[in-house]
Amino acid sequence: MTWENSAITITTLLPIVGALVILAMPRDKDRAIRALGIVFTGAALVLAVAITVGFDYGTDGLQYVLDVNWISAIGVRYHVGIDGISLPLYVLTFLLSFLCAIYTWRYVPDPGRTKAFLALMLLLETGMAGTFIAFDLILFFVFWELVLVPMYFLIAVWGSANREYASIKFFLYTLFGSIFMLLGFLAMYFQGPDPHTFDMVVLRDYGLAGGFSNTFQLVVFGAVALGFAVKVPMWPFHTWLPDAHTEAPTIGSVLLAGIMLKMGTYGFIRIAIPFMPYGAQKYAPWIGALAAIAIVYAALACLAQKDLKRLIAFSSVGHMGFVMLGIATLTEIGIQAAIFGMVAHGVITGMLFFCVGSIYDRYHTREIARIGGGMLQTMPKLGGVFAFVAIASLGLPGLAGFWGEVMALLSSFSPNEFLLGDQVGLFRVFMVMGGIGTVLTAGYFLWMLQRVNMGTLPDQWREAGLRDVLVVEWVSWLPLLTLILVLGLYPRLVFGVTDDAVSGLMSLLGS
Amino acid sequence: MDVDYHALLPEFILAGTILLVLVVDVFLPERLKWFAMPIGLVGVLASLAAVLSLIGVDDRVSFGGTYVVDEFALLFKGFFLVTAILVLGLSLRYFREGGFYQGEYYFLLLTSFLGCLMMPSSRDLLLLFIALELVSAPGFLMAAFRKGDVKSNEAGVKFFIIGVLSTAVMLFGMSLIYGVTGGKTRLAEIGVALGGLSGEMETLALAAILFVVVGFAFKVSAFPFQFWAPDTYEGSPVPVAAFLAVASSVAGFAGLLQLMFVAFADQYEFWVPIFAFLSIATMTVGNLVALQQTQVVRLLAYSGIAQSGYILLTFALVTDDAATNRTAFAAAVAYILIYGIMNIGAFAATVAVSRRHPTLRIADFAGLRETAPLIAIGMAVFMISLAGVPPTGGFWGKLLIFQAAIERGGTLGPVLAVVMLVNSVVSVFYYLAVPREMFLRDAADRSRLRVPALVTAVVAVTMVAIVSIFVLPGAITRLAELSTLVGVGP
Repeated sequence: MTWENSAITITTLLPIVGALVILAMPRDKDRAIRALGIVFTGAALVLAVAITVGFDYGTDGLQYVLDVNWISAIGVRYHVGIDGISLPLYVLTFLLSFLCAIYTWRYVPDPGRTKAFLALMLLLETGMAGTFIAFDLILFFVFWELVLVPMYFLIAVWGSANREYASIKFFLYTLFGSIFMLLGFLAMYFQGPDPHTFDMVVLRDYGLAGGFSNTFQLVVFGAVALGFAVKVPMWPFHTWLPDAHTEAPTIGSVLLAGIMLKMGTYGFIRIAIPFMPYGAQKYAPWIGALAAIAIVYAALACLAQKDLKRLIAFSSVGHMGFVMLGIATLTEIGIQAAIFGMVAHGVITGMLFFCVGSIYDRYHTREIARIGGGMLQTMPKLGGVFAFVAIASLGLPGLAGFWGEVMALLSSFSPNEFLLGDQVGLFRVFMVMGGIGTVLTAGYFLWMLQRVNMGTLPDQWREAGLRDVLVVEWVSWLPLLTLILVLGLYPRLVFGVTDDAVSGLMSLLGS
Repeated sequence: MDVDYHALLPEFILAGTILLVLVVDVFLPERLKWFAMPIGLVGVLASLAAVLSLIGVDDRVSFGGTYVVDEFALLFKGFFLVTAILVLGLSLRYFREGGFYQGEYYFLLLTSFLGCLMMPSSRDLLLLFIALELVSAPGFLMAAFRKGDVKSNEAGVKFFIIGVLSTAVMLFGMSLIYGVTGGKTRLAEIGVALGGLSGEMETLALAAILFVVVGFAFKVSAFPFQFWAPDTYEGSPVPVAAFLAVASSVAGFAGLLQLMFVAFADQYEFWVPIFAFLSIATMTVGNLVALQQTQVVRLLAYSGIAQSGYILLTFALVTDDAATNRTAFAAAVAYILIYGIMNIGAFAATVAVSRRHPTLRIADFAGLRETAPLIAIGMAVFMISLAGVPPTGGFWGKLLIFQAAIERGGTLGPVLAVVMLVNSVVSVFYYLAVPREMFLRDAADRSRLRVPALVTAVVAVTMVAIVSIFVLPGAITRLAELSTLVGVGP
């Protein structure tokens, strides 16, 4: 074992070790447990950064590969690795988890039970990180499903009023999608090259070379895409998301929006499209249409929301619509836009959920009408941060939200000539819809700011002793706020990483 | 007549223990009656040691090829003996505190397990029948062991009547097979003889197969012969329910595997559609009715019916391709083993709760995270595993069946896989009902639940086993591969 082949395994599994250590702690050592949460997520982040430093940015191949036998009876291998597409998401996972652990230093939602809370969060971290490095379909599926159980409990135990309904809906909905994905994986196993394999690199090369028959691709792409689409979530499979996000505790929402949704879009880029290019070509207009609908629908839904957290949740549907629109164009720009959009959305929306969590912590309500405005008067810093992030989210140039959206629109102006040459008109319609969506998005965010930040403070809050941003909040937020600005000013931070991997992928796809 | 005494050692040891338990019980004073359990435990451990000593030895054949100890048999014998240890562990306090006839109980329980031990070795219709009856007959008595309770009486009577009825149907089928094959009883010979039939005789043989399948369908509680199971489990003492749900039904499957894959393999075109129907109906009915249950043992009973449906699915995957059959067979064996472990665990947790809440409603599990944290975590793991979600062993069990179904291909394989997938998702809803009570609700009585050490140990061992199987599934998949029953034949 060397650092080269064991680094990502150690990094990915470290949180599970942390979970076990935390479970072994006595219940009354509450502070120590929280500190351990920070230590383990922090150590994992340090390792992830070390991987980033040691990463060779000049190639599009897999790095830090470990490929060993796991279950020989059914040909399942433990094959992990990392490339430019995985790396940003992988690092983001550890960053957000670390910040969540810091946030937990002060806030453990009712009913307490810090030990279980942190242990589940760490288990979740491993599941999410593992999804981005797995290069065996079954291993991928295992990590994919591993996030379900901890997230279910995080919502069901620590959520707000309607948590039981939201958690079971989340669980069943995602499971339903992912089992069809599993069927698709098994079908690829048996239709793939001889000897049968779940290896994603082998299957990708086989698929890109046109190995799977067209009929097969049409069926299996549908099955696999269904699993990913539920997770993203694409309209009309999004209905679990507003419930889950709204009811989840703050860090549950942050991780859900920040990382878990990306597992779906990542699956499209990593598995669905390269394995089944013909399927991708045939489904792309439909995916594009659903994405365009999602953008407009989510913006309209946001305008109608009375609950602040639900509003942010719906805005996620719209942002993920931009990501899917970029993917649907099957162009290099589109995929780049998608990955950038994923990272930006993770940072921005994660931050928005932090803000909403802190707002709820002060007002004990999420209803916009009850908050009633004037937040800038009582809590200028929190109001300022909230405004900054909301504006980043609506896609202001110079901030992180801008690049993903504008490039997605740009790519839908000229979708892949080779694959979608006869659909240009259609995609331009999507582009127009997306444009309308950005205007509406700006509309609802500004209106939200107007109702929450501006105006006069209602009397009931005057004497309520609302406290502005606390130190622990600053510590967990500053990295994200910095990233929002830096990614906006210097987008190469992400593009530089993904460039080679994406163009490598696209050149094989025949663009 | 050749008799290999080493190969029969596990059975001999267990039979000796059974007699010893019966005799010793007579001389024990009332307050020491529980001593039958340690005696039984030692006997079972010795028997297990004998099974282990047989590993790696060539197949051993006794009684003119009717009794074979091969790897398939050893695998199941080992499984049954481990199950026996776990059930004994659950029984001690339950029967000691409940005012039961303990000596008789352990005698009956071990006799049933003797039947289980014989089942996977029996390669002869008559032996198979005797083994099956040896499993069931003590079960009738044990189900009615809470004799002051009307429900337990109902459980015993129902189980008895259904059991006898199914036996009659099966015996009728066996007699027909004996007739059409010209007096063959060995499974391998039946397989050959049935292949050579034609015309009316073949029709009769198919009818006979149907009768035998129906008989076994009762044992494994397949639709439409499943209705006895929930009532019987609910009325029985909980450790007995655990025995019935795991050992008795696995024994049924062990017998069924041998019959279908060895004796009736050539007639697969006839019985594959039957099993496809049985499987789909069983899992769907089991799951849909389970959704409405409010009592945990009944929930586990219906969940067991649904799980039987999953296992029956593998029978519907048989084709004329030996490789496909081997995959299906291995999937069945692996699933049966994993199912046994997680189900025993679930019943163990239920035994723990039954001390405070004999009614065992799902609501009685409320707040278990506080009153008995280890039991609560264990029960959550078993429920998630039964639902087939990682990080548990149940996930691999389901995956192996899916894989076998997709490998079979055609229309039937994927259709069955999709039906099972949809069923799995439905099942999550009721499986999660128990963790929801345990972790989201508070108990009325928040004092610590006192759980017997042996019960805690059973929960801990099965929980560790289920999680370990998830990390290292090779342990189970390789065991299943060992069984060379398919395509070779004794």
